[in-house]
Amino acid sequence: MEVVVGMKKEKMEFDETELRLGIGSTKASEEVVRKRGFSETENHDDDDDENTTMDLMLNLSSKEASGEVDPNDKIKNLQKEKTLLPDPAKPPTKTQVVGWPPVRSYRKNMLAMQKSSTNFGDESEKNNAISFVKVSMDGAPYLRKVDLKMYKSYSQLSDSLGKMFSSFTIGNCESQGMKDFMNESKLMDLLNNSDYVPTYEDKDGDWMLVGDVPWEMFVESCKRLRIMKGKEAIGIAPRAMEKCKNRR
Amino acid sequence: MKNRNATKPRNYPLSELQSHNPDHVLEIVLETVLQFLTSRRDRNAASLVCKSWWRTDALTRSELFISNCYAISPRRVVSRFSRILSVTIKGKPRLADFDMLPADWGAHFSQWLTAFSTAYPWLEKVHLKRMSVTDDDLSLLGDSFAAFKELVLVSCEGFGTPGLAAVATKCRLLRVLDLEESLVDINVSDYSGIVDWISCFPEGETHLESLVFDSVFSPINLEALEKLVARSPSLKRLRVNGHVKIFHLYRLMHIAPHLTDLGTGSFDVPEDTEDDELVFESPFAASKSLVCLSGFRDILPEYLPDIYPVCGNLTFLDFQYADIIDTDQIKSVVSRCHKLQTLWVRDAIFDEGLQVVAQTCKDLRELRVYHLHASDGVEAPVSEVGLEAISRGCRKLQYIMFFCQRMTNAAVVALSRNCPNLVVFRLCIIGRYMPDALTQPPMDEGVGAIVMNCKKLTRLDVSGFLTDRAFSYIGKYGKLIRTLSVNFAGDTDLGLKNVLQGCTNLQKLEIRDGPFGDGALCCGLQHFYNMRFLWMSSCKVTRQACQAIAQTLPHLVLEVINTAQDPVDDVELLYMYRSLDKPRDDAPKLVTVLH
Repeated sequence: MEVVVGMKKEKMEFDETELRLGIGSTKASEEVVRKRGFSETENHDDDDDENTTMDLMLNLSSKEASGEVDPNDKIKNLQKEKTLLPDPAKPPTKTQVVGWPPVRSYRKNMLAMQKSSTNFGDESEKNNAISFVKVSMDGAPYLRKVDLKMYKSYSQLSDSLGKMFSSFTIGNCESQGMKDFMNESKLMDLLNNSDYVPTYEDKDGDWMLVGDVPWEMFVESCKRLRIMKGKEAIGIAPRAMEKCKNRR
Repeated sequence: MKNRNATKPRNYPLSELQSHNPDHVLEIVLETVLQFLTSRRDRNAASLVCKSWWRTDALTRSELFISNCYAISPRRVVSRFSRILSVTIKGKPRLADFDMLPADWGAHFSQWLTAFSTAYPWLEKVHLKRMSVTDDDLSLLGDSFAAFKELVLVSCEGFGTPGLAAVATKCRLLRVLDLEESLVDINVSDYSGIVDWISCFPEGETHLESLVFDSVFSPINLEALEKLVARSPSLKRLRVNGHVKIFHLYRLMHIAPHLTDLGTGSFDVPEDTEDDELVFESPFAASKSLVCLSGFRDILPEYLPDIYPVCGNLTFLDFQYADIIDTDQIKSVVSRCHKLQTLWVRDAIFDEGLQVVAQTCKDLRELRVYHLHASDGVEAPVSEVGLEAISRGCRKLQYIMFFCQRMTNAAVVALSRNCPNLVVFRLCIIGRYMPDALTQPPMDEGVGAIVMNCKKLTRLDVSGFLTDRAFSYIGKYGKLIRTLSVNFAGDTDLGLKNVLQGCTNLQKLEIRDGPFGDGALCCGLQHFYNMRFLWMSSCKVTRQACQAIAQTLPHLVLEVINTAQDPVDDVELLYMYRSLDKPRDDAPKLVTVLH
């Protein structure tokens, strides 16, 4: 009995220290094979260079160990093993065997590459034009960011901002916006009536009312957005009108 | 008379028909009728009737299905079939996915392509599984087939972005480009050789309906991708890779609001994002057409609620790569998926998550519970409890794949009773030789119940502590089983004997780490020609026996991997398949091909 148990235990330890890897052959293919992740298994503690050599013997050795034990004995041993309470530091489920548990090497590689690929990813992303602008609202505790290229018109932007900051109105800022701003009294009405008004800082560093230029021009020139209280925005209006006149 | 002529696909004036001899008329009729036979099994049966039926089938068959690329030579195929428009070829055996074959094992597409490029200039579709495909192959493909429409590469390797660029450039009528689980560019370490293949698609409107590149590791030109999507009005399926972050994804969704199948890429934000809260308006709310969702490679849990609005429409959800999210988050999603039919998820769903699935997803047909890596410290995230809950809630289940650390016979028996429509049962108990977790006997009764009660079962994948009894059940009741995988199970040769003699429809048999030896193997001699292949690794089969079988059955190829010198020693791997041609000459050194 003891001998059998002893053998079993020996086998376990043997299993734990040996890293079973893929089937390989010469050095040349070994190089290729390593890159291909043929030999990679995850989650083993004893990960060192030696373990990445393709050694057929390893696969054989597990068989040798089990080959010495007659199948019936093997089962009896395992039943004994159950009552023996395996060493918690080395649970039997973690012994390394080729292809077991069956997690496809594709999936293992995907996980490994996911972690490392983000570095390369950032390089290319900087080259892509993304016009993010910061949006701040007076009184709100933190900034937001919007991607202006997601929208095609002021009303879409308005809807979106409206969802983000639910208590303001952008007013009527469509293509007629230009005309409206020319009418000073109408503008004053607008600003007096709404709680908040969106303004933006353009390329020149000037603060403008949102809506005074055609949408495409707005997207090009807008650097950041600020949703101001209507009363404060009144001061901007004359400047906005002047600028419009100049552009004309 | 005139009416009859008008309905024939080919217009034969009556006078012509009358002038031909009856046999020729019969052939014309046959050709017409055979055109309606699309299933390859039906066509195979028809072709066996007599020579003229064989000939007619050969002239009219348009879809070619080669389940083992070494079972027949390309030359023989092209000489029989002359009008092929679509080809499907499978290469390496399934267990190659688990690193159990050497990297240079074979299954090269090149020799097939060479034959097709001259024989089938009007080829439209190529589907390959577990084949080795090179960039040169892809370039030749683009050059050879002017009407090419569909390229699907599943678990293939050997090519990179140059190959993709060739396809994009040359295949102007391309509708489908699907790279599923194909490790593209895995060898590349510094991305300097990457080709911007997305920019290679032709200008103007494309015919693209499906673009799947979630397994391409290299970065892509995001701006070019947006433009491509914008000029692909037929695009319904788009699965992007992990370099596409959330805001890009959302832009793509805005551009293509009619997508039915979306792979979300990373579902993450780039690392240089500031701490300011990022708010993107989720396009999921507006999507009425999305029914398939996958991706989530790097998922940022804060964005998970963005997908809630589409959950109610989803029929397919692949969450297997969503690494960071926890049970509650998974539950928050599945509890909204009332129409779900297919769910692929990690065992991080826990039993309680499976209970939510059982309560919500009454239409579920397929469930796969994957195991990525051992969760440290977590004993058994999913177990018999979860399985039983699923069986009670999801009565329409047809396919189940379940990774777990513990299981009981009772739960498996319950599954067999509650879900009698099961076609595929795959149980992977991670600890080897694990018995019933509660009562300790072998898992025989569970397996027995499955084969007895699930009368439509065609695929069975077993593990755990199983004795000869389990195999006698399989042999006795598993009459429809075509695929059987046995992992670390079995007692004596009797087990394998029962299977080989009892499972009359067995096509594919995989046994790893079993006690079966020469005696059992030889019981299958009458069946091996009916099977697609037999895989036995780490069993007790000797080289001697393999040699003997090879000599007895001339159309059987036995590929053996064996380092032992003595032929009486056990071989590491035996991969055996039928073949109508001479054995292959492209096997690596390690593999000995016996015939």
